[in-house]
Amino acid sequence: MSTIKPIATRQAFGEALAAIGATHPEVVVLDADLSKSTKSELFAKKFPERFIQMGIAEQNMLGVAAGLGLSGKIPFACSFACFIAGRFETIKISVAYAGSPVRIVGTHAGVGIGEDGYSQMGLEDIGLMRVLPEMVVLQPADDVETAAMVRWLVEESKAPAYLRLTRQNVRRVHAEGWTWTPGKMDVLREGTDVAIIASGGPVMNALDAAEELAKSGLSVAVANLSSIKPLDAAGIEALSRKVKLIVTVEDHNVLTGAGSAVAEVVASLKGAHARVHRHGVMDTFGESGTPESLYDKHRLDAKGIAAVVREQLAD
Amino acid sequence: MSATSRTETVAMLTKLTREMRATILEMITQAASGHPGGSLSAIDFIAALFTTRLKHDPKNPSWVDRDRFILSKGHAVPALYVTLAHQGYFDAKLLPTLRQLGSPLQGHPVNRFMTACEAPTGSLGQGLSVAQGIALAGKLDGKSYKTFCLMGDGEIQEGQVWEAAMSAAKFKLDNLVAIVDWNGGQIDGSITEVMPSLEPVVAKFEAFGWDVKEIDGHDFNAILDAIAWADGAGDKPKCIVSRTVKGKGVSFVEHPTKYHGAALSKDELAKALAELKEAK
Ligand SMILES: Cc1ncc(C[n+]2csc(CCOP(=O)(O)OP(=O)(O)O)c2C)c(N)n1
Repeated sequence: MSTIKPIATRQAFGEALAAIGATHPEVVVLDADLSKSTKSELFAKKFPERFIQMGIAEQNMLGVAAGLGLSGKIPFACSFACFIAGRFETIKISVAYAGSPVRIVGTHAGVGIGEDGYSQMGLEDIGLMRVLPEMVVLQPADDVETAAMVRWLVEESKAPAYLRLTRQNVRRVHAEGWTWTPGKMDVLREGTDVAIIASGGPVMNALDAAEELAKSGLSVAVANLSSIKPLDAAGIEALSRKVKLIVTVEDHNVLTGAGSAVAEVVASLKGAHARVHRHGVMDTFGESGTPESLYDKHRLDAKGIAAVVREQLAD
Repeated sequence: MSATSRTETVAMLTKLTREMRATILEMITQAASGHPGGSLSAIDFIAALFTTRLKHDPKNPSWVDRDRFILSKGHAVPALYVTLAHQGYFDAKLLPTLRQLGSPLQGHPVNRFMTACEAPTGSLGQGLSVAQGIALAGKLDGKSYKTFCLMGDGEIQEGQVWEAAMSAAKFKLDNLVAIVDWNGGQIDGSITEVMPSLEPVVAKFEAFGWDVKEIDGHDFNAILDAIAWADGAGDKPKCIVSRTVKGKGVSFVEHPTKYHGAALSKDELAKALAELKEAK
């Protein structure tokens, strides 16, 4: 597996979209002057007649995508996660409430984007999207999962959906032959003391943290929560019966994110279950810095995640 | 300004902005990320505005009667930072810390990191509304300060800009000046490719109730005339459409998209600095 080159999930998205476009003429792609960054340009180059350049006007893009979706198209509307989140009410009404099958794609998720700073960081988008009824909210951990999700969004699902992608490269965390099951959380590593439920870019770091913690005798499970809505309540419950502590990890505000979704499930459980500690960007604004320095500061790298787990066990 | 000093002012600005262009490119290369193209197109106007027109106090950046400048196309912030350092808001030694963790020189302007930035920008399309609120507050408080807001030609594709354009005319905000840095480029292409119907931009602002002046945004005489014009009579908000060149000042950086968001390599920087040194 180590021979596979890490790539950003936005890159995997662009490649998957360009590939599936050939067999699905109903797929149209919209972008708001960021196609080089969202990687929708890979589709645009192959299918220029089905690529719709909207200019720097995200709100209009989402409304136009809604209309296309109501007229038999499968529209992918792409921008940075932060600018998508900024057009929330348009998404709420024209996309979600309308029941239009728009595939909203938000790239450059989290503090992992680095130097551009907070204005370009999507740190609230999961919360905003998952609060909308019927909205599907997906965040893949690697390239193969991204490709599987794109295929599913074109060939299976008809619900409005949000796909959250990284700017930075991520390592493949899935083994050869693995297949994605929609709506299921996948357990990447078994363990009996602690479970880390991670989502998105930091999943690979959670695996490294588990490896690190294993050296001191801790048995740490790692689960990849890539379907944030619908949520695998049964899978979360099963984990929470097995370990004493669940630590959720994500590059998003710790309020309202994937970790909050997990906590909402566990809080309602009867009987003995794990305590949940939510880790992420701890309700602060982002800032400029290299991606590495920010992952260090927010303790989203392997070292930081391991430290958070140790702290929570010591409490 | 006396008649004789105009020539001197233009000469001063010509020299100053050449040095500023070099510093901007150095900062961006040092940070290994940032936006050279839109910084170089806007620097002439920003430098001229700060050095010849703005009433402000670098030692007291929150002085209530100051003129305000909002860089709405926040990605061009290196142009603002070199100007603020030149004006004495902070030590120029800080300039190389652009975009580093813990630096007040964030990748886009943030008022909580630097008061003189006035507002956080970087999400395009929001600055003119905030500027309008500041101008409206000035009217409500009977103050004489002016608010200037510089936007990109790509940026004004955002609908919010036109909502602001509409209401500024309603409120007769003659204390509000918008500058459109029309450098003809954005990211995915030139303006002509991405959104040709953005033109005619002068007629659009006029139709929204603004007084509009179109200038060559690299001609300091034209810039100084436009700034004086914006201080003139009339109860309408003023818009200066500043026709510029993206990447202006360095031959190979002058391009509608190529150096939008790409730092120059060390070699490219050396070439650019040499070119700027030779320029007259
Ligand atoms: C709301 C929003 N959408 C998209 C972006 C990403 N973005 C940054 S700069 C840019 C192009 C800006 O073009 P323009 O305003 O003409 O700036 P200039 O060419 O002067 O650099 C885009 C799309 C953004 N910062 N904000």
